[in-house]
Amino acid sequence: MNKIAVLAGAVVLLAGGYYLGTANRPEPTVIKVPSTPKAEFVSEGSSEVAAVSSTVSVRAWETPTSGELIVVKDGESIQEAVAAAQPGAVIKVMPGTYKETVYIDKDNITLSGVIEEGRYPVLEGEGVRNDAVLYSGNGVTVENLYITRYKGNAIMGQAGNNYIIRNNIIVDTGVYGIFPQLGKNGIVAHNIISGIEDAAIYVGMSDNVDVVYNQVFDSVAGIEIENSRAALVEGNYVYDNTGGILAFITPGLPIKTCGDVIIRNNFVVNNNHENFAIPGSLVSNIPPGTGMLIMACDDVVLEQNIITGNDSVGVLFTDFSLVTNAARDPDADPYPNRPKILNNIMQDNGNNPAPMVRAFLATQLETQGPDFVDTVGMDDGCISHPERFRTLGLDKYGECEFSSTSNVLSYTLPEPVPPRKDEPNMDKGKLAYYGVCAGCHAYSSRMIGPPTQIIQALYMDNPEGIAAYAANPVKKRDDYPQMPPQAHLDEETRLAAARFMLDLKK
Amino acid sequence: MLRKLILLVLLPLGCPVLGAEQAIELNADCPPGFELSAGHCELRSLYQMYPSLQEAGVGGLKTGLPAYRDGFTPQQTDLGRYLFFDPVMSRDGSISCASCHHPDKGFSDGRGRSVGIHDAVLPRSAPTLWNVAFLNSFFWDGRASTLEEQMQGPLYDTHEMGGDPQWLLATLNGIEAYRALFAQAFPADFTNDAAQIRLDQIYTALAAFQVSLVSLNSRYDQYAHGYANALTEPEKEGLNIFRSFVARCAECHTPPLFTNQQLAVIGTPEPVGMPFDVGAEPVLKEPSQRGAFKVPSLRNIELTAPYMHSGRFATLREAAAFYTGGRGHAVPEGEELKIHWHIWEPNLSEVELDRLVDFLRTLTDESFKPETPSRLPSGMRPVHDDIALAGEIQDGATNNE
Repeated sequence: MNKIAVLAGAVVLLAGGYYLGTANRPEPTVIKVPSTPKAEFVSEGSSEVAAVSSTVSVRAWETPTSGELIVVKDGESIQEAVAAAQPGAVIKVMPGTYKETVYIDKDNITLSGVIEEGRYPVLEGEGVRNDAVLYSGNGVTVENLYITRYKGNAIMGQAGNNYIIRNNIIVDTGVYGIFPQLGKNGIVAHNIISGIEDAAIYVGMSDNVDVVYNQVFDSVAGIEIENSRAALVEGNYVYDNTGGILAFITPGLPIKTCGDVIIRNNFVVNNNHENFAIPGSLVSNIPPGTGMLIMACDDVVLEQNIITGNDSVGVLFTDFSLVTNAARDPDADPYPNRPKILNNIMQDNGNNPAPMVRAFLATQLETQGPDFVDTVGMDDGCISHPERFRTLGLDKYGECEFSSTSNVLSYTLPEPVPPRKDEPNMDKGKLAYYGVCAGCHAYSSRMIGPPTQIIQALYMDNPEGIAAYAANPVKKRDDYPQMPPQAHLDEETRLAAARFMLDLKK
Repeated sequence: MLRKLILLVLLPLGCPVLGAEQAIELNADCPPGFELSAGHCELRSLYQMYPSLQEAGVGGLKTGLPAYRDGFTPQQTDLGRYLFFDPVMSRDGSISCASCHHPDKGFSDGRGRSVGIHDAVLPRSAPTLWNVAFLNSFFWDGRASTLEEQMQGPLYDTHEMGGDPQWLLATLNGIEAYRALFAQAFPADFTNDAAQIRLDQIYTALAAFQVSLVSLNSRYDQYAHGYANALTEPEKEGLNIFRSFVARCAECHTPPLFTNQQLAVIGTPEPVGMPFDVGAEPVLKEPSQRGAFKVPSLRNIELTAPYMHSGRFATLREAAAFYTGGRGHAVPEGEELKIHWHIWEPNLSEVELDRLVDFLRTLTDESFKPETPSRLPSGMRPVHDDIALAGEIQDGATNNE
């Protein structure tokens, strides 16, 4: 997570800026009996998913496999298996202890632990290695691993669409447990994560992600959705963290929006852990006892969560004014626009507020932390059954126009995002010719290498000849330097570039 | 002969005129990396095959490029090249764009702080021009949003090139060779003999040349496109340190451009004796951006020592080591900076710092480096290879400690 100077700033802000108004004036409870069904929930994410769904499909896709199987046994190297694997390979890791960093810079790799009678393959960082698994390829699955004692992250993705991270046990791995970043379409499911000094699960700058059925505890932050769109956080058991579930915009990142986040059916319980973040880090400011924190993230739906026993506050909606120790970002909208609160179950929140929260409450003549706080006082929010909760700043919230998001089964797409293709000029041969070959070959004029026209005259109908020569060139001409080998382009690309070169007319 | 004499009179530094002997013909081919399409040069790169979340051009190895500038004509690009190398663009003819953006110095100048006309030492270093086609803000403090806006800074700053728009127009319009070249590059604007060179044409030509400086064919790129052997084992270790969440380099120096194009307050020191630079604070009128600078691209970073906005660090190793020195360790007393959250204490080992430097050196690629013109339309001789001025050493411009 980051930069949430949370309630340190909140105290100042709330004490100074929150207009108490009528919040503490008791009003008679209005009893309502629904007469007509409400409208169906619609969001950008739901429309996107519905548009490509012909049949009901919930997280039904898998990493494509080719039949290639590589088995890694205790004492062997997982990275060597990754190096040998072709896209589509399944790498099975037998129980044992593996002391390494595994990086996957290929597409469609399944890294899968084999669990025998409860014995896992263990990735052991010994407190000295940085990250356990790094991936940047598309279509990567990481599952069934036990990861412990790394300094950075257990599983980190930098770009890479269509990822599946599931069934892993992650204990005490430093900054983040699971951190997919800058990818579209991903599943983070059924992981058990604890002992993380920042966030156990951190979805950063991503689209179409389901974070479902995970157990996260004993961490500073449980689950964070940051600068992301179309995220479903469902059915997670989030307990004994400093803060439970967070959705927010971090200022200063290149992708500046957060929105369309459904947080439903989670158990957000007793998130009262002492804050053990690195002193000086931003999460070190989260007051123990924060159930959920929504900062500047738009269209967040909270539905049917059980939020209990969080000693400071159940749910906090806020803006960037809480960020006191990071630079402002004029390009990011600071408000948590259109918050939507549906039928959550709250009990025993705010019973023992952290000192900074208690100090704020005292200014409101309160001693118990509320179920819901909106420090901005948004006027475009909605809440079901507001009378059930102790709230601050929700006076302008209206009735929600929908009662459920149950028509959204998933925010992942039913089919993996395809690679970019069929756009004009996306021909691989053309891109390789202009992007690489043209550094030395122009059509008719002399550059470092001979003109394309001369090569055309030599090779005519023989693109294979060019492709083969380019991989292993020899000195041919006295008046030109020897060509450097182009074996870094794979055979298919070399051949496509050669064909393009022979067809070129200008 | 009469013509020569007139030119001599008009030239700021009456150098021998070559241009009159054989007219310069602008190149009709696009620069490498570009395809000629309906008369315009369009960028082509293998990176265009890849997707990019929200089209932001930040991600991992196979991530598409950020939004970029292209679409200039080959002639505009070549005209920009002549202008770029021609000292006629500076008031006293002593420097050209290439003096501070030297093609053999990574399109920077090898100095901590650049030197303008009259030996003026400037407050900040000259950024590289490689890959400026992909940037959406310019100058260290991000105060310009286009190349055309940016170039008017150095062209007209009294301490840099010292010109002004009127003077520049009069100078170029007074050189027949340039009028002929502008007519080649902007034929629609030169349909009669009375047509004059305009400022927007100058800016367009310089921008056209600058966006042709594309560097996307490093060994790192070969690795990114799938050739695992492009990097050595130590370099791959360096890559993994670079993108790990311990060092966190890639969080701001994000592939494929190795910048996320944001401002960041990281708290690097100035050279000894130089006052603290407030960075983007006055630009944004935002006190929390005090000391903020643009995250620079790391492509060709090996070529552009010394490092940081005023060149405090002489080597890549020193620059990398800054990040493991502790949060705010170099912030002057009395400055309260909102140091970026990724600046922490990663406790990188000496070996890890070495590996990071190994990796950074794989980002070098000059395969599309343009040719320096052998003669200039003004008839002046190129000056960008002239020896550094004497004043700089006393002034601390290259004295990094």
